[in-house]
Amino acid sequence: MKLLTLATQDKTCTTVLMVLAAVTLIIPLCNLLTPADSPLHFSAYTVSLIGKYLTFALLGMSLDLVWGYCGILALGHGAFFALGGYAMGMYLMRQIGTRGVYGDPLLPDFMVFLNWKELPWYWFGFDNFGFAMLMVVLAPGALAFVFGWLAFRSRVTGVYLSIITQALTYALLLAFFRNEMGFGGNNGLTDFKDILGFNIQSEAVRSVLFFLSGFSLIIAFLLCRWITGTKLGRVVTAIRDQESRVRFLGYRVEMFKLWIFVFAAMLAGVAGALYVPQVGIINPSEFTPLNSLEIVVWVAMGGRGTLYGAIIGAVVVNYSKTVLTGLMPDAWLFILGGLFVVITVLLPDGIVGLMRRKLKEKQA
Amino acid sequence: MKTWAESYSDEVDASNVSTLFVEGEVDTRHGPILYMEDVSVSFDGFKALNKLSLFIDAGELRCMIGPNGAGKSTMMDVITGKTKPDAGSVFFGQTIDLLKMDEPAIAQAGICRKFQKPSVFDALSVFENLELALQTDKGAWNTLFFRLSGEQRDRIGDVMDTVGLTALAHSRAGILSHGQKQWLEIGMLLMQEPKVMLVDEPIAGMTHQEIERTAELLLSLQGERSLVVVEHDMEFVRSIARKVTVLHEGSVLTEGTMDEVQNDPRVIQVYLGG
Repeated sequence: MKLLTLATQDKTCTTVLMVLAAVTLIIPLCNLLTPADSPLHFSAYTVSLIGKYLTFALLGMSLDLVWGYCGILALGHGAFFALGGYAMGMYLMRQIGTRGVYGDPLLPDFMVFLNWKELPWYWFGFDNFGFAMLMVVLAPGALAFVFGWLAFRSRVTGVYLSIITQALTYALLLAFFRNEMGFGGNNGLTDFKDILGFNIQSEAVRSVLFFLSGFSLIIAFLLCRWITGTKLGRVVTAIRDQESRVRFLGYRVEMFKLWIFVFAAMLAGVAGALYVPQVGIINPSEFTPLNSLEIVVWVAMGGRGTLYGAIIGAVVVNYSKTVLTGLMPDAWLFILGGLFVVITVLLPDGIVGLMRRKLKEKQA
Repeated sequence: MKTWAESYSDEVDASNVSTLFVEGEVDTRHGPILYMEDVSVSFDGFKALNKLSLFIDAGELRCMIGPNGAGKSTMMDVITGKTKPDAGSVFFGQTIDLLKMDEPAIAQAGICRKFQKPSVFDALSVFENLELALQTDKGAWNTLFFRLSGEQRDRIGDVMDTVGLTALAHSRAGILSHGQKQWLEIGMLLMQEPKVMLVDEPIAGMTHQEIERTAELLLSLQGERSLVVVEHDMEFVRSIARKVTVLHEGSVLTEGTMDEVQNDPRVIQVYLGG
């Protein structure tokens, strides 16, 4: 309730919330209540596509917290998204049970194929939904904690930090590619059957997943708004602008960075966990450094340090990606690179900054 | 080898110690609150501080002068934990070894610093700048759930009155003039309720009236707090100083009243570059 009153103090924030709530409710409801041939009915493809955008929006927003508010240009944020995704994937794999190609009641297909006899210890517990959901936040959180603790305590900042975050996600990419790691290697985890006993392909489950993605985005948005409005949020902004001065005020800068970094990693993990059942696969390519760079482009495109800017950026860039990779599959990377240059040079405050400027001009 | 401060504290009878002060608190029973002894710092062979020894009394207002490169800022860096010296010892009171502490710990212990270049947080309002400086628990979780008490709000109000920024409470610090930023930073220092204030060039960019008010403010703080003021403006130093320390090439050249110091032939030579 307090979160809601806080959010409604700001007009833009209220608008964003209303749009999000509308999308979250209308699309799944239309789908569940209308017959398949009705014009109000969205195709399964559209539902999972927009659902995917919502999880990307959540991912982008979590990076905005780290980059836009705390000034840490993390270029490995996709790693936390992928880890959350793998945790969800492991749960979904264990749900398959005897319905796999090899029909092993315990081992997923790829393990049988590798001639493994026993389930590796780190796969234990993933048949339990609650445990898996806990791991969705704990695994990325733990990685962020260890990495952040080492990096921030040693006062690694700026470009050096960005480079080691890239190295982190690249190292994970290589590790998850290895069959011996026990995460399905190159192919990753796929061929999911059901979630909590419901068929994962069914319209109803897709609508629920869509709803949950929108709902998580709204909750996360409110949480982030609240955090950035607290004194911790102001300390974090102060760290972004003048890190050493904050130390002389008696704050342990590394602890604040760590707090934000771990929290953002957990949000990214949630986004990954919602993404995987909607696209039906998780594989090591989610760890590619390029993916993490794309997240940065979303946030820069939307406008840093606004939270909703990241949401707008994630949706706009990914929609363009969907359209353009359909039209010119080879051109996307050049367009992405071009976008980044154009934003940096012409739109330092992104789409949100542009809209604010236009609004001001109108008022003047 | 024992440091000066350690051998001093050894002399105090152990049984008395527990009754006289609480561990962790600043012990100033011998007078000085800040001890620097034989402190040396070198950067790539350049000796920024060369066996500097300096004692600041509790409640004292000390002015430091000296030509550029004399080591004034490096001295402040050492005291506040930004730079670790190659040799020497730095104690806060009798018992607190500042060389074993980092910047936040030293700030929490009660040594605060105003920087040469005014360092306020431009994106935050005047009020928020002061709120961040407020002396309170500065852990991450406590900061997340922090709420200003009425008393703390009053305290921020008082400090804004003192530094003359009440009318600008909700303006972003980024729009303040240079002099106002200096005042805001002095206000932030007051919020921290330090025992020792290190004030680096407080009047740069200020008008005549502002300089006068700064002098009044600094003078009103001595006694209650110890102040170390670094300033180039001799007129200003004369107006506030009782005791002046002249630094030259990383060590103390001389100490005394402004008149003594200004008539010292060595000081004249250093300043005129004889």
